[in-house]
Amino acid sequence: MSIWLLIVLALAGLGLLAWGLRWAGRRLTGDRPYWRDMPYGVALGYVVAAAAVIWAAKIYFIDQTVFFRWAVNGFLGFALAAWLFRLLGRHLGPAALRKQFRQMPLTASFGILVILGYATMAIFAGWIAPHGQAEVFDVANALPGVDPRFPLGTDQIGRDLLSRLIYGAQNTVGIAFATTCIAFFVGGSLGFLAATLGGWLDQVLSRGVDVLMAIPALIFALLLMTIASAWAGSQNWLLTLYMILIIALIDSTRVFRLARAVGGNIVVMDYIEAAKLRGEGLPYLIFREILPNATAPLLAEFGLRFCFVFLTIASLSFLGVGIQPPLADWGTMVKDLAQFINFAAFSPLTASLPLMAAGAIALLTVGINFVVDWMLQKSSGLKE
Amino acid sequence: MASIGRIILQRLALGLLTLFIVSIVIFAAVNALPGDFAQAILGQGATPEAIDSIRHGLGLDQPLLTRYLHWLWRILHGDLGVSFAQANFASYGGSTASANFATVADQLRPRFANTMFLAGVTSLIAVPLSVGLGILAALYRGTVFDRAANIFTLTSISSPEFFLAYILILFLAVLNPVLPSLSNIYEGMSFAERLDKTLLPALTLTLVVTAHMMRMTRAAIINLLASPYIEMARLKGLSPMRVIIWHALPNALAPIINVIAINLAYLITGVVVVEVVFVYPGIGQLFVDSVKNRDIPVVQTCCLIFAGAYILLNLTADILSILSNPRLRHPK
Repeated sequence: MSIWLLIVLALAGLGLLAWGLRWAGRRLTGDRPYWRDMPYGVALGYVVAAAAVIWAAKIYFIDQTVFFRWAVNGFLGFALAAWLFRLLGRHLGPAALRKQFRQMPLTASFGILVILGYATMAIFAGWIAPHGQAEVFDVANALPGVDPRFPLGTDQIGRDLLSRLIYGAQNTVGIAFATTCIAFFVGGSLGFLAATLGGWLDQVLSRGVDVLMAIPALIFALLLMTIASAWAGSQNWLLTLYMILIIALIDSTRVFRLARAVGGNIVVMDYIEAAKLRGEGLPYLIFREILPNATAPLLAEFGLRFCFVFLTIASLSFLGVGIQPPLADWGTMVKDLAQFINFAAFSPLTASLPLMAAGAIALLTVGINFVVDWMLQKSSGLKE
Repeated sequence: MASIGRIILQRLALGLLTLFIVSIVIFAAVNALPGDFAQAILGQGATPEAIDSIRHGLGLDQPLLTRYLHWLWRILHGDLGVSFAQANFASYGGSTASANFATVADQLRPRFANTMFLAGVTSLIAVPLSVGLGILAALYRGTVFDRAANIFTLTSISSPEFFLAYILILFLAVLNPVLPSLSNIYEGMSFAERLDKTLLPALTLTLVVTAHMMRMTRAAIINLLASPYIEMARLKGLSPMRVIIWHALPNALAPIINVIAINLAYLITGVVVVEVVFVYPGIGQLFVDSVKNRDIPVVQTCCLIFAGAYILLNLTADILSILSNPRLRHPK
């Protein structure tokens, strides 16, 4: 019970401190309006924030907890890199690009930096990685930092983990990207068709999508993967291909909804009427009239959809039914290395290996979400 | 009030229809399996009795429609069949009667209760937390607090569930052993013990759903702040807190309830990964295991349960938002 008593006492102390802060502020500044009108909640917020900062500093400088230090250093490092990147973007490149960078919040420049970094890593994985992704060495279960050939150690059958992390970018991101592209092609074109043609085609497609969306995405994917694994037998590449098609099918329903809604708003415009009266065909209407006017929402949706697809694939791989070996992939790596977390107190670097793979997934989705958030805010801000 | 009753009945009928169609989809998907999959599933070592039991269990010799209706009939009577793993195991023991081994329904019952417990604990933590934080973020919009909350929620929305789970394990179970990292729940545990084992998975799920609920609460309240009656309340001299809680919140309730229900539905998907990470004996874990073993009866039933819960929660969201907003009761 003493712990609870301590917590209650600490909360009461913070509450008193907040009151004291406000009182002191009023006395010292001679009742300035800011202090005079400050609600009690704001004062409490300041005190709690200060307590959190002091507590974090204690863990960082006095306790020297390794993981906390890494997290703080990583956060500050990324913030600094994003700031430098924005500074660079503001002074280099064509004028239009410089203008974009000038209005950009730090989170968005961080996101762009992360996306560029991942793209580089995915494209040039073969040159960056020191070893091949399926290359097996005679040193199994090497700890990080012991063997200079393997900076992050090797896994249970002797494959270099650093190389597998780098190749994971190529496989995981590449497969997710391909899946999203298929989903967008199918969902987008069907959605625009439904919006332009209407009638029974629209009804059939929309009701079909309604039914497919009534089953939660991950559950449906797992059900279909069960069947796909019976079809694929022992051919791993076939199973990966089925996975791409299954996730593309499931996600194309979401794209269909959006494309149909956006297309439906555009189809009623006067210039579509004019184009129809001019006698333009269906392809012209969709690709030259509707598509250019729907790029902004579709682009934002592409970013979000990519995140969902990426997370679904990672979850499937983590559950053991996604991307199949010998392809290196982050979800599978997290699953295989997860038990190392229990050694965190003895060997922090070993314990951080599964977190690195999972963090690689999180970092990319966070970056994309920051960029999409900024894009959405910008486009909604311009309308007003 | 008669119209409300009719609307609710309409929605319920629509939900039942959806569930019926979903059952067709699930049945059709399973029947897309290649030819003689009883052999393929059980492998070379299967006994003929086990293969026969599966064939008989699925009625592979009958036409598709009869099979579907038969399946539906049995499910409506609570007979969910016998899992392949159990059937195979029992056939090695020499028995073929279904009375000797656990049916899918027997397997599911305790796990369903466990999953509901986890979801319940999560929503008890997540809903008050996210609505409270959402109100605070709307109150102090544009400040450092709002921006920090924005960054934090975006980060936790976009991280995979297992990343959050392992970070929590690292800090709360390994480095500071406050909570157990494995949730081995068995029958006859005391409530406090059970809560202790459930807390870490529940905290992970809370992190996953809180972010979205909080953002939507904030957006719903901020949407209303431009309305004339809010300006009136402000000009009367009410404090910002009072304006938001007494004037904005009641009108923002419909979208907030909606987003809470949708996120509880999202919990259903999140529960699968989190249960696997923490080895929590719920439906999600059973589902993943059966997917790996291609245990079709269990996969089908779990799918139906998940889809049913998902549809039910979406239905509840629909009905609650109609009840809280009279304008929706009279569609134009």
